[in-house]
Amino acid sequence: MKELLSGNEAVARGAFEAGVKLAAGYPGTPSTEILETLAEQYRSVYSQWSPNEKVAFEVGIGASIGGARALVTMKHVGLNVAADPFMTFAYTGVNGGFVLVSADDPEMHSSQNEQDNRYFARFAQVPMLEPSDSQEARDMTIVAYELSEKFDTPVMLRLTTRISHSKGVVETGEPTEAPDRTFVKDPAKYVMVPANARVRHAVLAERLEKLREYTEQTPLNAVENNGSRVGIITGGVAYQYAKEVAPHLDYFKIGMGYPLPIRKIADFIKSHDRVLVVEELEPFYEDQIKAAGYNVTGKEYFGRLGELSPHRVAEGLKKAGVLSEVATAEISREEAMFPRPPVLCPGCPHRGVFMALKKLGVAVTGDIGCYTLGVLPPLNALDTCICMGASIGSAIGMEKVKGSEKGTVAIIGDSTFFHSGVTGLMDAVYNNSNVTVIIVDNRATAMTGGQQHPGTGRTLMGDEAGLVDIAAVVRGLGVRNYRELDPYDYENVLSTIKEEMARSGPSVIRTTRPCVLMPKRIMDEPYVVDLELCNGCSACFRISCPAIAASKETNPRGHPKAVIDETLCTGCTLCAQICPTEAIVLKSKFVKV
Amino acid sequence: MTDKDRYSVLIVGVGGQGVLLASEILSQVAMNAGLDVKKSEVHGMAQRGGVVSSHVRLGPKVCSPTIEYGQADAVLAFEQAEGLRAIDWMKKDGVAIVSTTTLVPAIVTSSKQFKYPEDPVAEMKKKAEHVIDVPADKIAGELGNPRLVNTILLGILSNHLPFEEALWVETIKSKIKAKLVEINLAAFKRGREIKLTSVGA
Repeated sequence: MKELLSGNEAVARGAFEAGVKLAAGYPGTPSTEILETLAEQYRSVYSQWSPNEKVAFEVGIGASIGGARALVTMKHVGLNVAADPFMTFAYTGVNGGFVLVSADDPEMHSSQNEQDNRYFARFAQVPMLEPSDSQEARDMTIVAYELSEKFDTPVMLRLTTRISHSKGVVETGEPTEAPDRTFVKDPAKYVMVPANARVRHAVLAERLEKLREYTEQTPLNAVENNGSRVGIITGGVAYQYAKEVAPHLDYFKIGMGYPLPIRKIADFIKSHDRVLVVEELEPFYEDQIKAAGYNVTGKEYFGRLGELSPHRVAEGLKKAGVLSEVATAEISREEAMFPRPPVLCPGCPHRGVFMALKKLGVAVTGDIGCYTLGVLPPLNALDTCICMGASIGSAIGMEKVKGSEKGTVAIIGDSTFFHSGVTGLMDAVYNNSNVTVIIVDNRATAMTGGQQHPGTGRTLMGDEAGLVDIAAVVRGLGVRNYRELDPYDYENVLSTIKEEMARSGPSVIRTTRPCVLMPKRIMDEPYVVDLELCNGCSACFRISCPAIAASKETNPRGHPKAVIDETLCTGCTLCAQICPTEAIVLKSKFVKV
Repeated sequence: MTDKDRYSVLIVGVGGQGVLLASEILSQVAMNAGLDVKKSEVHGMAQRGGVVSSHVRLGPKVCSPTIEYGQADAVLAFEQAEGLRAIDWMKKDGVAIVSTTTLVPAIVTSSKQFKYPEDPVAEMKKKAEHVIDVPADKIAGELGNPRLVNTILLGILSNHLPFEEALWVETIKSKIKAKLVEINLAAFKRGREIKLTSVGA
């Protein structure tokens, strides 16, 4: 059957067809929809969100050793968190097939870095497949399970944003039963004490040699001859870009990116006058081919920062003297355009917290989530954002060295707190930190689309779930100063943060309003602006609410008065609380004279 | 279909305007018509009121899921400044279909540094020959749901593509929630009545 599927949906489909029994992951753009698709459409696969990628990976390991085919999904930086089990699982190998999906984000559309996780496959010495579109995403997922079981190894399927989030026509097949396996006690294989691990390291080295033979034979690595003297070595979405702009060249398409088929590549190089490597991000293929003693070029023409595109590949080919002409824009770009960055939604419960933090002028260590948007003007209320959970640890360090005269506050979301904030808070208790931690608990993994987590009471598959109580966790860790508050109550937010910062020992403040979008859209009665009372002071513009705009009316100094878009306003009241002339009133209370 | 037998549509708007649904419908129509299709968009951060864009490419065989810069055959813009922002992606003889919807972001309202263009559609018309501007937000309001801008613009675009109306109707029915199908079909038909010839004077 033919279906229009995204790369992520195609991986889910492939996993279903391959007879996967268990899938686990942590939400992260661009990987999230793989598990969501499984949970919605392929309910015979047990799928779950774990609190973080490391746990998800370990859940997958358990399923594999237990005999079932397992899928583990995460974004590229998630593999940093899961690197510990990943590196050693490469030693033990699998029982049921095990596939790790790493969804990288070149260009950092929704990420803090654009690390190239192909290096992780080489680091762990596990085979890696790189689909170039949705059809291949489905096909390679199935192949990955066969490889995993044949070679007794975890397999990495490496996607990028343009593979995960592009849709294409996919020919699907029927689901199959995976080979029947059960758990067999085998401590020499699975218990990595030094004596066993030394043996397994040798097994890993031997396995890699077998994979080096396999990669030379597999049709995943294919030559396409078009009679050109110039050859292109490429893989992933870069293959599609190159084919688009230079269909007449010869291609060596890499589908198995690690280990590379060096002999086959050498033959390709020898049979062409010139060979270029077109790959996104780092010179992963290029460096290995050069290290094997072959003369290729690539990065000097195509660059290693950000995403490639058909245009960038064409420009690179022109620079290399391979293409004489590059299609250029026929219409000039509009230079003087305003930016339109993402913003906190109207009624977002994080807004009041950032208004207060901005006013206090304290150092704010941030984390990963919607609230990272607090860095943007006009809020400008975030000072750091490094990785999941980093807010608390870095606040402790900054507070210890008195880096900020006005003090340090850490801000972290609920899902991120579960992911890796708990250990940071443990450190704050253990090491007598005076840090103040604000947990902005909106009861959703909001930035990635409102996924469930240990504090929501629901599983990925929609069942009722065990509920982890943040208050009990915080108190259980030994935090004595713990308060909950309504983030819509601006004065209270401000005074509570001040009080808790003045206390000795760690303090935790938890905000209690749910996300306005999820799980249900919250729309209370909107507010309106009384233009007679509005003096155009623009205080409400500075809270960065998308529902507040400049009206056509101005004050005597020519500054615009405010207007509220009633279809966007959720009635959160924050703007009304800070309006000095009380010009912002509930719609039903506003009487036009 | 144009040169290389491929047709590329860039759909742009602001988070929440239904860019992704529109590109989904267009892609499905093309696939149902027997063509190869690829489409690409970026999810995540962009959907918090930021710019959302979707590339759709149709033809007998499509390689890249994204459009080559400057090579879009059509630009569909649900907000007029976003239409202006994207116009350089279009070929000189391409067609831009733009809703005169105006959405001014907080960053413009709160600072003197940035300005919303005086008349984005006029700027677009200076740059490109075929610009169809439609008050789609007003039409949507008349039809009874402000969220119909995407379907109205798809209706206009449908005049430029070789697919039967029945195929569009069938696809809209399959992609939209049952209770919203009727109003979306009405919106699509309103759009389809707007032909290139009726525009620009």
